[in-house]
Amino acid sequence: MNNQPILQVQETTKAFGGVIAVNRVSLDVNEGEILGIIGPNGSGKTTLINCITGFIKMTSGKVLFRGKDISGKPAHKIADMGITRTFQIMRPYYSLPCYKNLVIPLFSPRAKRTGGWRGGGKLGDRDTVSIDILEEIGFERDSFVPYKIASTLPTGYLKRLELARCLAVKPEIIICDEIFSGLSMSEIASMVPLIERLQMDGITLIMIEHRLRELFRVSNRILVLNFGEKVIEGTPEEIMADEKVKEVYFGSEEVEEVMSHA
Amino acid sequence: MTIEERRKERLDRGIKVRTDGIYAIMSLRELSYLTMPRLVLIVGLLILPLVMPSMYWQRVISIVCIYSLLALSFDFLAHFLGLVSLGGAFFIGTGGYIAAILNTSFGLPPLFTIPISSFLGAAICTLLLLPCLPLRGVYFAIVTLMYPLVLARIIEALNILGGTDGIYGVASFANRWIEQYFVILMVLLFLFGMRRLVNMDIGLVFRAVKDNDQAVRASGMSITFYKAIAVFIASGVGCLGGACLVHIYMWSGISQFALDFSIIPIAATVIGGAGTLVGPVLGCFILVPINELLRAFGTFRILIYSLILVAFIVFRSEGIMVYGQRKYHQFERWVKI
Repeated sequence: MNNQPILQVQETTKAFGGVIAVNRVSLDVNEGEILGIIGPNGSGKTTLINCITGFIKMTSGKVLFRGKDISGKPAHKIADMGITRTFQIMRPYYSLPCYKNLVIPLFSPRAKRTGGWRGGGKLGDRDTVSIDILEEIGFERDSFVPYKIASTLPTGYLKRLELARCLAVKPEIIICDEIFSGLSMSEIASMVPLIERLQMDGITLIMIEHRLRELFRVSNRILVLNFGEKVIEGTPEEIMADEKVKEVYFGSEEVEEVMSHA
Repeated sequence: MTIEERRKERLDRGIKVRTDGIYAIMSLRELSYLTMPRLVLIVGLLILPLVMPSMYWQRVISIVCIYSLLALSFDFLAHFLGLVSLGGAFFIGTGGYIAAILNTSFGLPPLFTIPISSFLGAAICTLLLLPCLPLRGVYFAIVTLMYPLVLARIIEALNILGGTDGIYGVASFANRWIEQYFVILMVLLFLFGMRRLVNMDIGLVFRAVKDNDQAVRASGMSITFYKAIAVFIASGVGCLGGACLVHIYMWSGISQFALDFSIIPIAATVIGGAGTLVGPVLGCFILVPINELLRAFGTFRILIYSLILVAFIVFRSEGIMVYGQRKYHQFERWVKI
């Protein structure tokens, strides 16, 4: 493994008319690490990853994936290279049963090329492989849950399904947009080991999160955004100790709680 | 039990294993439960030309089948791709004119003109519709509505392709039996073919594009590409109908761009049940003959026609087939709350 960062974001700017949502943000993501991105509402976190993944066109700046410029490429090309994302508002394929939801990513050109998650796409039929993935991600194989229509599932399962959809194409980077939000404490507690296991599988993760305690637990580095600009970047310990972060999150009880635990 | 105290409980028949598509069949009775509806449809369609009282009504059956092909293509695009197509007239016109040109100018028999015009017409339609495929919303509906109007005006104004007179002297089918059984077999082929298609893996991708196109993009697939494939299939079915129509009427003209071909399939889908594929076919077999029966009333028939539609929308907005399938596949009973 070389020391070149797997993903380099250079001076990315996105302006919606006169509103500058993301202002000259640069960041490096190293292979195999978990990078957390935090910031108050409207600080441009989701816009930043929309720019990285090509869902919106950035006004200026560059994104390099393994040294290759991917800025300006359409979203499906970027996903095809191995950068997948979950969505903040989960929208599974509502009309399809749960396991059929994963047949779609397993049908993608990337999954056909790489064999999909752990090569399963080449080994068995897509229905079987998708049930394997669902089991790995926390769906009980012998229950009715994987066979239910996706619209009938509770939020916890839908979040897992979003993650499973990313995993199915055998990604190199997964960008999770608020994967913990809307989950109960016990559901989050069962998600955290899952995230850690993905990291052990060699997947690089970028996590946007409001649940700071869990994020600080799993991530290697944290980036703080405010008003579209990078405030600070560092290890969770550095972030917790930093005065500027306290300023950004002034009044937020959870931060104070986390800080006091530090 | 008063209304407040009861609710309807619905139970699936116990032949499905966990999910749609896997059945556990234990007896001949259960086997017939699955095969009978399909058998009734196939046999019913096949004996239909034999029981028609006159040649006029046999001709009506052929026209019904062409509308059925259009309704299939509409239902496929609208409920499995999320693209509302008003392009029935566009597909019929394109397929029809290509078949007429191939037949009159190049002398090809219907055996060749029909497949060629289906594929060529589908390619042309897909190419012309390609610019609006990446867009979401009503654009596809507007553009598909625009093309037949524009093409008809172009043919009229430039006086090309026979102008307002149309192209005469197109060869007919060898005889009326071949004509009818050919269109009926095409309806059956595409009905069962499309049902198979939407449950295959690529069909799941189509349905995923309808449900959530962003997630499809995030999985590394171009939604424009898959929409183009689906539009190719749907417009191919429509162009096939157009080619058959031209050979049935032995004439091709700008009335093939008439909006009837866009509107009646949609009305049939409303009546028959959207998203079932067989429903729209059934809807055509109800609507088009009613249209013929009411011909005696002249323009007044539009009123009766509209009343039937309104009645369906108000009282059975789900459509005949959705209602029928529910009654057939599920037990219903009232339970006390």
